[in-house]
Amino acid sequence: MAVSVDEAVATGPARDHTPPARRRGGRGRSVLEVALLTLLAVVMLFPVLWMIETSIKENRDVYAIPAKFFDFTITLDHYRDVFVDPDGGRSALSVSFLNSVVVAGASTVLATVLGVPAAWAYSRFAVKAKKDQLFFILSTRFMPPVVVVIPIFLMYRQVGLIDNKLGLILIYSAFNVPFTIWMMKGFVDEVPAEYEDAAMLDGYTRLQAFRRFTLPLLVPGIAATAVFALIFSWNEFVFATFLTSSDDVRTAPPAIAGLIGGTTTDWGLVAAASVVFALPVLVFAYLVRKHLIAGVTLGAVRR
Amino acid sequence: MAGIEVTALHKRYPDGTVAVDHVDLSIGDGELFVMLGPSGCGKTTTLRAIAGLERQTAGDIRIGETLVNDLPPAERDIAMVFQFYALYPHLKTRDNLAFPLRAEGLPKPEVHERVNEAARLMRLGPLMDRRPRQLSGGEQQRVALARALVRRPRAFLMDEPLTNLDAELRADMRTEIKHLQGELGATMVYVTHDQVEAMSLGHRIAILNKGRVEQIGTPLEVYDRPASLFCAAFIGSPPMNLIEVEVADGKLRSQGGLVLTPPPGLPRDRRLVAGVRPEALEVAEPGAEESVPARVVSVEWLGDEIIYVVDHGGQRDVRVRMPPTVRFATDAKVGLRHTGGTPAVYDVSTEELVA
Repeated sequence: MAVSVDEAVATGPARDHTPPARRRGGRGRSVLEVALLTLLAVVMLFPVLWMIETSIKENRDVYAIPAKFFDFTITLDHYRDVFVDPDGGRSALSVSFLNSVVVAGASTVLATVLGVPAAWAYSRFAVKAKKDQLFFILSTRFMPPVVVVIPIFLMYRQVGLIDNKLGLILIYSAFNVPFTIWMMKGFVDEVPAEYEDAAMLDGYTRLQAFRRFTLPLLVPGIAATAVFALIFSWNEFVFATFLTSSDDVRTAPPAIAGLIGGTTTDWGLVAAASVVFALPVLVFAYLVRKHLIAGVTLGAVRR
Repeated sequence: MAGIEVTALHKRYPDGTVAVDHVDLSIGDGELFVMLGPSGCGKTTTLRAIAGLERQTAGDIRIGETLVNDLPPAERDIAMVFQFYALYPHLKTRDNLAFPLRAEGLPKPEVHERVNEAARLMRLGPLMDRRPRQLSGGEQQRVALARALVRRPRAFLMDEPLTNLDAELRADMRTEIKHLQGELGATMVYVTHDQVEAMSLGHRIAILNKGRVEQIGTPLEVYDRPASLFCAAFIGSPPMNLIEVEVADGKLRSQGGLVLTPPPGLPRDRRLVAGVRPEALEVAEPGAEESVPARVVSVEWLGDEIIYVVDHGGQRDVRVRMPPTVRFATDAKVGLRHTGGTPAVYDVSTEELVA
């Protein structure tokens, strides 16, 4: 608790240090807290809940007025439709999901492979105009990506990357590399350079020293950084919409958005597709949660 | 063991910073050589250049007879101890010690023998099966020292090895390092910013400032006759009093009337500063023989001694070290007199010792 100078040097009788608000509020206050938090949770979680409900309702229940909260028949038809085409075979949506996996995965790997060594180099070596370079790298993230959609589109048309998964992978990597460099530099700074020095005195080259001693210590940081990069690539909508058109290449976000419109919208399918879309990232973040927490707290303890 | 020769060392980083401007060192075989200086003076860069962790921009480094400029660190046959101990976190003490030997490809029995020998020297017995995080700072540093020992290198390089330890442990480790160095007859280059460490450990001390060597000498030489105003202000706590003086009637006279014996060979027509250690002055009763009138500005009771800050009408207040039995209050009128021998005298414009 912050204490003002006057309080700190006050010479009068010792004060009761219980904050007045808490004393007076007591039980009433905590009830209010719980009520507000509950309200907030409902507002935040209701869309998610409604999405999940819609995904397991039959279509006539989806459109029912008044809306049915509990008394509807549960069906998994929509989930089947996400993956299986009504005419048999794989559905277009399932192809989109596969594309999303490929594009997000590849761009994350690429950004990590490029960004981690770069972060190491910026952290360890005296580079000419290092601060300016780092600022320039960061500055590529200053503007909203939408601003460059049209130039990118024209450039991609010239080199034939329109409607091409490689094109998406490259552009997502371009957005993720600066982020990776900046986030990883923080982690590398935390790993004492002496490990590498010692390893070099023990007969390793600088790169071997990095790979054998620094890299293993960076794993939590890399995991945390990769999750963020993955989430960005997975969720990206604008470039995916502009740069892809065919079902073979399209990633899930524009594909799901494409389900809306036309004469009728199959809301059950949209909801089911959205749930399927949200799951991988949730699961992934859950699996690496330890690393995420380790990543967040790495800098909190002085060595 | 081998001596180390550093000739005209210069290190400039790609971003333009000059870390080492010009350094010449000649470190004897079996010598404990201390490089002392404030942060950014180039001492660590010089050490890292000797280790091969930095490539110098110009200049030569020889270890023994070998010119090592182009040798990678591992081939220079040296061991280094770091401020942050740099023990591999995933290895037990035993394996940390064995690591450099295994990297060298020594046969198992020899590795075993050398590890045990180093462990015995540093008394690591109970710590051998622990990982670094299970060791205290002092224990980690002992393991780090042992890790340097097992290599049986031609020289030891120590980069502020005690800075991260608390004061009491630091004093113990200082004794331990000094003892070890003497026993092994090892060449040791020791970098520190702590003058107490430098004075107590070093056979010789090099004082570095702004990438240059200001002075090289034994601890006593460095203390008694600092080679420059920088050294005079850096060594000693409290530091030397630097008193502006004029030559008159064959004596040095400060503005406040303090009279000092001039050293022979003083140049004429220069502005001079006399360096007077706080223990070479004395605070006495006012009007005492050969004293000038002065006033006590402040008093620091340190228990084993008292530091008086005294104004005697000079440009700067002077510090006087007195035994705790001599007591004057703040603002007391006192007499100040010089009891030491010939002071060191510096030229104000060149900042160097002139006599």
